[in-house]
Amino acid sequence: MTVDQHKSRYPEVWRRFGPRETLIRYAWYLGIVFVAAASLSTLDITWVYLLDAHVQAYDLLERMVPPDWSYFDVVVGAMIETVHIATLGTVATLLIAFPVAFLAARNTTFNSFTWAVGRFILVASRSINTVVWALIFVAIFGPGPVAGIWAIAARSIGFMGKLTAEAIEEIDEGTVEAIEATGASRLQVLWIGILPQVLPVIYGTTVYRWDINIRESTVLGFVGAGGIGILLYSSINQFIWQQVSVMLIAIFGVVVVSELVSATVRKKIT
Amino acid sequence: MSEASTGHPTVWRPPKLIENPVLRYGLLAGALAYLVWSLGALEIDWARISVGLPRAQNMFERMIPPDFSRWELLVRGITESVLIAFAASFAGMILAVPLGLAAAVNLAPRPVYLFARLLVVLSRTFHEIIWAIFFVKIVGFGALAGVLTLVVASTSFISKMLAEDVENMNAGQAEAVRATGASFPKLLTYAIVPQILPRYLGVSIYRLDANIRHSTVVGIVGAGGIGQVLAASFSRYDYDFSLAILLVIIGLVFLGEIFSNWIRKRLR
Repeated sequence: MTVDQHKSRYPEVWRRFGPRETLIRYAWYLGIVFVAAASLSTLDITWVYLLDAHVQAYDLLERMVPPDWSYFDVVVGAMIETVHIATLGTVATLLIAFPVAFLAARNTTFNSFTWAVGRFILVASRSINTVVWALIFVAIFGPGPVAGIWAIAARSIGFMGKLTAEAIEEIDEGTVEAIEATGASRLQVLWIGILPQVLPVIYGTTVYRWDINIRESTVLGFVGAGGIGILLYSSINQFIWQQVSVMLIAIFGVVVVSELVSATVRKKIT
Repeated sequence: MSEASTGHPTVWRPPKLIENPVLRYGLLAGALAYLVWSLGALEIDWARISVGLPRAQNMFERMIPPDFSRWELLVRGITESVLIAFAASFAGMILAVPLGLAAAVNLAPRPVYLFARLLVVLSRTFHEIIWAIFFVKIVGFGALAGVLTLVVASTSFISKMLAEDVENMNAGQAEAVRATGASFPKLLTYAIVPQILPRYLGVSIYRLDANIRHSTVVGIVGAGGIGQVLAASFSRYDYDFSLAILLVIIGLVFLGEIFSNWIRKRLR
């Protein structure tokens, strides 16, 4: 082997990628930057507003302190309502999501039409944001917590249903076959063969979704669907920032606690 | 021989999740009591609810068929939403790198770590709509507020995932590179980046998908995108136009999900 050959095979500096790979990588990076830059420049943005943003933000913060703690009593009631909306919405989801998941799982659905229906329900439910669902349910049930509960449920069905359907598709078919062999009806197979296998997933995702729903239910009030959002929106619109800061602290506390509860319960289950 | 003498039950029962019957029924009773309490505590206007079903029927009748005649408005809104999502995802990707490294317990000094974690928790706690309201107050109505909102949400999400990946990485590789006397930037490029890059890109793409979903609502509080058009159509009872918008959003989110899954599969 000549010195040149040796040099090209064992270069002085080690590189992870060959020249071709490096080129392709940089082309990707350039492409990503280009898309981002093109997006920003196409958007109709008044950049001047960004110049004094820090002044505005500081001004806002200054108006928020000290928090007006006399407002706290009102906030507690609204926060309890917020938690109720999230919890009841999650309970409603639990009842609806399982049948839909059953339709949307390939191995338990009746035929390809019911499968498509199940999948469409899941996709539609997940695509539409909770707040948009709230707009719809406020138009139906009028402003108030009931619209919020249904909005939470409508959005969560897609989330829980998708995860449950995936769990159903991954069950141990042996158990199902064994129960079918005893002459069990379809319902019995479902109840004894499938449900126990996916229960841990259902419990886990329910608690996880409940935690997300608490966060979502804090803003439902912006469109009139109950909870702390109603108070928050009215205080913001009246520029009563010292009440706003009390509510933000309350939301922070409740969300952190619910996250801890959800993490502890999920650790215990799995 | 009776059943009691052998101690073997003759009827099979599936095993219970919670073995202790007191705890099991206690939890059930607690759940029922909660349902009664919460339903009683909520101020529910049953008279208004009872007219809900006919109203829903009326609403669906007015929704169908969806009205695509104002498609220019629709396309402009959707494009704005998608652009907001792209711009915010990119900015979030970049900002999440320092924040994510600072939030990794095995890399950052204690005070830096705690501060970074506090930032992540703070921005995750508040819903995007709350952030959007504040950004609208700070920079005014329009797409900029939407971009900033989603930048905050994306940064905290990606950096949380990034920090977890750095904490779970193979420490041996980092130690080996450190043992060669490598500086911190070299440690990053040779030991840490190769280990976490695929996951980081995957999480970023997932976030792009999530941002597309969220960019459709920030407009409800005036932060740009299709949400503004949607909220306006609802308040004007233009339900046929609302349905058209909703169908387009569903289609867009569906495409975004397919795109995100395809890329993430290729990354692996």
